[in-house]
Amino acid sequence: MRAGGVLSAPQEVVPALQSAVSPLAHKSSGAASDRIASYLIKTCACLAIVSLVLIFIFIGKEALPVFTSAEIRQEASLGELFLPGAKPPAFAWQPVSGPPRYSLLPLLAGTLKATLIAVLVAIPLAIAAALFTSEFAPSWAREFIKPVIELLAGIPSVVVGFFCLMVLAGWLQGAFGWTFRLNALTAGLGLSLAVIPIVYTMAEDAFNAVPRTYREGSLAMGATRWQTAWRIVLPASSAGLLAACVLGFGRAIGETMIVLMASGNAAILSLSPTDSIRTFSATIAAELGEVVVGSSHYHVLFFIGAFLFVLTFMTNLAGHWCIGRLQRKLQGGT
Amino acid sequence: MIGAMAIENRKSKIENLPGLFFGTLTGIASLIIVGMVLIVLGNIVVHGWGRVNLEFLTHAPELGMTEGGIFPAIFGTFSLVVLMTLAVVPMGVATALYMHEYAPKHSRLVALVRLAIQNLAGVPAIVFGLFGLGFFIEFIGRGVDLGLFGGQLNYGRPAILWAALTMALLTLPTVVVASEEALRAIPQSYREAAYAMGATRWQVIRRVVLPQAVGGILTGAILAVSRGAGEVAPVMFTGAAYYLPNLPKRLNEQFMELGYHVYVMTTQAPNVEETKPILYSTVLVLLMLTFALNFTAIMIRARIRRKLREGR
Repeated sequence: MRAGGVLSAPQEVVPALQSAVSPLAHKSSGAASDRIASYLIKTCACLAIVSLVLIFIFIGKEALPVFTSAEIRQEASLGELFLPGAKPPAFAWQPVSGPPRYSLLPLLAGTLKATLIAVLVAIPLAIAAALFTSEFAPSWAREFIKPVIELLAGIPSVVVGFFCLMVLAGWLQGAFGWTFRLNALTAGLGLSLAVIPIVYTMAEDAFNAVPRTYREGSLAMGATRWQTAWRIVLPASSAGLLAACVLGFGRAIGETMIVLMASGNAAILSLSPTDSIRTFSATIAAELGEVVVGSSHYHVLFFIGAFLFVLTFMTNLAGHWCIGRLQRKLQGGT
Repeated sequence: MIGAMAIENRKSKIENLPGLFFGTLTGIASLIIVGMVLIVLGNIVVHGWGRVNLEFLTHAPELGMTEGGIFPAIFGTFSLVVLMTLAVVPMGVATALYMHEYAPKHSRLVALVRLAIQNLAGVPAIVFGLFGLGFFIEFIGRGVDLGLFGGQLNYGRPAILWAALTMALLTLPTVVVASEEALRAIPQSYREAAYAMGATRWQVIRRVVLPQAVGGILTGAILAVSRGAGEVAPVMFTGAAYYLPNLPKRLNEQFMELGYHVYVMTTQAPNVEETKPILYSTVLVLLMLTFALNFTAIMIRARIRRKLREGR
């Protein structure tokens, strides 16, 4: 930090000094407690790494029998999970039927449909709103919009799910006359409510990271505010916007309660956005409670969990790599 | 800025037309988001307001959850977040202390811890639920049962203890980030002055740094509690129960949770129309709880940020 810090604020130091001086009366115990504390604190800091590794190990461990156990591979081999089955329907997720069927493709289709709809709705809205608050909005509008989005971030996902199921689904079906009340579009719209805050926050951070001098330079050259926003601010913050999209996608793919309540939970392999869907996360949530520990169904559910974990882990790494690039780029620029 | 705006004003209106258009467009996007939030909240407040009273908050559900209150769910949620806080706050604060006060600059370990925290924040809640079941219940709980109770089932089953620990992992990043921000807000001169007097690192932390960081740590704890009170997916398999006649008294018992209660009543009630009024009120209580917590945290954080700006 600054070398002149001590000299520049003499008044601030006084209370800190008084409280720091008193313990020195018994200095001998100080060194021992200092050592103990520093070990304890370092151990605690490592717990974050340890728990991430433990998550990986323990979910991986329960997912592994899908590859290794001969017994489970009879029912849920990789071929069964991803290739068409012998009997029609070719792709079926029927874990509790006579001979259980474990095709993951209907679930994958459902997950992708809901995620894509959510992301397509949320990203343009959230980035536009972030651009508005950081570049165009008068300060009263900014002071209003930002807390509202923080409010949105604080709504528990089960409440959003409740709203989609009880209210939104009825409205949409009434307006468009869909066959299924609960479908990919309802779930996707609900999901977008969970994605908007994260994309908005990241995008706004990215815009704020663009140095003021960039904007002033552009305005001084005679560019309008829109030209400045479009030609200067957006390109300068592009890495941050990419991070916002990637992290928003990661959030959408793992979100559980909203899709569990609003998607209809029918594992149908189709492309239509108005069919009911069943997603990976909702499948785990709906089925893990009743499953026999150690059965093939149990291990397939953990396999899905491991897949979700790896996928969100990678989107996170990619997102934070983008943010790091943005910071390096803009720090180099000033 | 003023000069630039003057130039802008002098420009012909035609040149400004695209700017006006896109400025309005982004404004409309903001309006849509605000509108969506207001519709969701408005709908819940309007339908839920009527039933929320003291009796509703202090009585147990009756007649298949079509009558009575939600006290067991409130009690369960409260116990859950208290246990969670006990686990997550010391862990989170220690992590932040290590990253900001102890570790050498450009330490590999700090980079790794930061990476772990960032990734932990992105792990889906349902995966935490799986982990809680696989690790806490099946591994630790079963292990405790085998080692201490001779295989008798005591801890190897869903329980409030395991749910709280699972939730603590989920909320760890929140606490770490808020605590770190608080540590950053403390002027370096405070630490330097204490060190200059001969204080050890731990003495500086205990007597100077931590008292100054209390506000930020509190913010993190409150945000974690708010998150923990609303999350359902991690506790579905680790301890939350559909309905319990008695309140949990011990750590290895199951509990009722507000969010899970909402989920169960919405999706599994035999007659949704009959439970609807109670359901709306439950959702409203859950919302008011999380908003009150968030609001408090935001107010404290705003104060800290102001202090940070003045300190610079």
